Amino acid sequence: MLSLFLLLPFLGIIALNLPVKGRRDAAAFLYTLSLSIGQAIVVLFNPGDFWAKPDFWGGFFNLGLYADNLTFVMLLSIGIVVSTAVCVGWQTISDHRQRLNFYNLVLIALIGMNGTVMLTDIFSLYVFLEVTAISSFILIAFHRDLNALEGAFKYIVLSALATVLMLTSIAALLLFSGGTSFAAVSAAVKSNSGNVIVIIAVSLFICGLFIKGGLVPFHGWLPAAYSAAPAAVSILLAGIVTKVAGIYVLIRLVRDVFGPISEISSVLMLVGTFSIIVGALAALKQDNFKKILAYSSISQVGYIVLGLGCGSPLGIAGAIFHLFNHSIFKSLLFVNSAAVEKQTGSTDITKMGGLGSRMPYSNATNLIAIFSTSGIPPMAGFWSKLVIIMALWQMGHFTYAAIAILVSVITLAYLLAIQRKVFFGILPQELKHIKEAGIWIVIPAVTLAIIIIGTGLCFPLLFKSFLMPVSSFFK
Amino acid sequence: MVINIIILIALVTAALWTAMTTRLLRSAVGLAITSAILSILIFRLASPIAAVFELSVCAGLIFAIFIISITVTQRVTPEAFETRKKERMTKFWPLPIIVIIAAVVLTQIHFQTTFNLPAQTTPNDVKIILWNLRHLDLLGQIVILLTGAFGVVILFKEWKNG
Repeated sequence: MLSLFLLLPFLGIIALNLPVKGRRDAAAFLYTLSLSIGQAIVVLFNPGDFWAKPDFWGGFFNLGLYADNLTFVMLLSIGIVVSTAVCVGWQTISDHRQRLNFYNLVLIALIGMNGTVMLTDIFSLYVFLEVTAISSFILIAFHRDLNALEGAFKYIVLSALATVLMLTSIAALLLFSGGTSFAAVSAAVKSNSGNVIVIIAVSLFICGLFIKGGLVPFHGWLPAAYSAAPAAVSILLAGIVTKVAGIYVLIRLVRDVFGPISEISSVLMLVGTFSIIVGALAALKQDNFKKILAYSSISQVGYIVLGLGCGSPLGIAGAIFHLFNHSIFKSLLFVNSAAVEKQTGSTDITKMGGLGSRMPYSNATNLIAIFSTSGIPPMAGFWSKLVIIMALWQMGHFTYAAIAILVSVITLAYLLAIQRKVFFGILPQELKHIKEAGIWIVIPAVTLAIIIIGTGLCFPLLFKSFLMPVSSFFK
Repeated sequence: MVINIIILIALVTAALWTAMTTRLLRSAVGLAITSAILSILIFRLASPIAAVFELSVCAGLIFAIFIISITVTQRVTPEAFETRKKERMTKFWPLPIIVIIAAVVLTQIHFQTTFNLPAQTTPNDVKIILWNLRHLDLLGQIVILLTGAFGVVILFKEWKNG
């Protein structure tokens, strides 16, 4: 039944664009919202026989999809973040026609991301990464203002470069592999492990993924794209798109296809650490709410890559857990930036202050997201960072562990600066009339905050029953 | 062999047209045509999977990206167009000559590859590959074309109206 995750959005796009009269944007909103929430619920309650059931159309449209625990984590994150973006989109996009276009593109991005996390073929992976990327270009440029077009253009150029690297890698791997399935490529890489062409091919693919994931030094496109995109699109991009297109694929390929190569692990740890430091230091200098969050994303993704590079089951469990947590707390931070932007018309935090008294839900949920991002107990982000640092310590990478701890303090500093400048202090006269941005922003914000606290409190339960099996479930 | 040579000439001509044409849109179409011809050539060389990939990547996906990118560009004035056309011709006139010289040189060199290419396990039929083996890619490519259509509608049609 896995193909339903692709076919339902696809059929939705066709149905929503039939020439019928009525509020098609409202229908699109309800359909996309129910589809994404449904996806999260199905994965969360994990009805065992659902996954095992063959597609009811039999072999007619056999997509060859596959799901393991890592896939379930990603499908859950996709469901939560897409439903959040759908709600915020309803509140922040006022034009009916634009709303319909927005939901169509979200459904396309949903197909791209769901496909990416369920497929088992390196060429299909490329196709679905492109589906996700092309829908993202259009979503970034959605409002067609100069900054948005610049952000989209930077993304197109660097994404095209990533595409070239990946295709070159696939072509080189085909010299040794009889096919493009993960199993065939994995066997070819293992049996030619010392071959220079194989090592170059693997390195090129990983470089492409570094670009897609916005890791240092390939992060040039990310702040421009995140900050210039419409509010709902920023949530989608920062919360899940780059995580699926860059980081999930990196985890999947490094563990399942390319296998543990010590040189690759060292590069991952180095790139991860540079991303942690550069992202955090760059965030300290910004005055734009969304740019701070964008640089913060680079830094937090660095933690995930550092955990992955560590290579132990504990490190990988930490990386996957931080990937999930990052999707949730970064989406919440972007929801709050959307609320502030909608109500004040600006993202310049130096022009704000005292909004906490007028926007209590945004204030409280933003603080929860900040604590989780900075690794304050008992929030979910604390546990995932702790697991990564413990894994680094266990493997003897003391310097990396120390850097990870120190940068957490910097993270707390730049995020608390947002809280102080935006929500605390004296409310300027011109912002006296401000109130909460609307029910479709408050509901996702509160839900995400509950998920952060709930995941943090349930961590001991999740650790042995779910997290460690995730890291060792790979075939 | 004669057919392959005709296809090769068509390929080079299409590629030259792609590089030398003065309109971006024509250039993108030229690239798609070049890819399609290249796919035919690869297919004739008994590599159907590579042919299908070439067709999907260049004629399908990259074409869609180029069209979207072109829709966000602005048309130049007729005077600027004429100037650029002249500049372009000055820049690119040696290109066909270089291609012909390169072709003559390459025919004199006998390349030897040291790769032991893996045995081909797929049937030599594009229909079987597309409909039986690469369902997922086919769905992905249909979605890409849909995305291209939305891209043009969102970024181009409304812009033109507004």
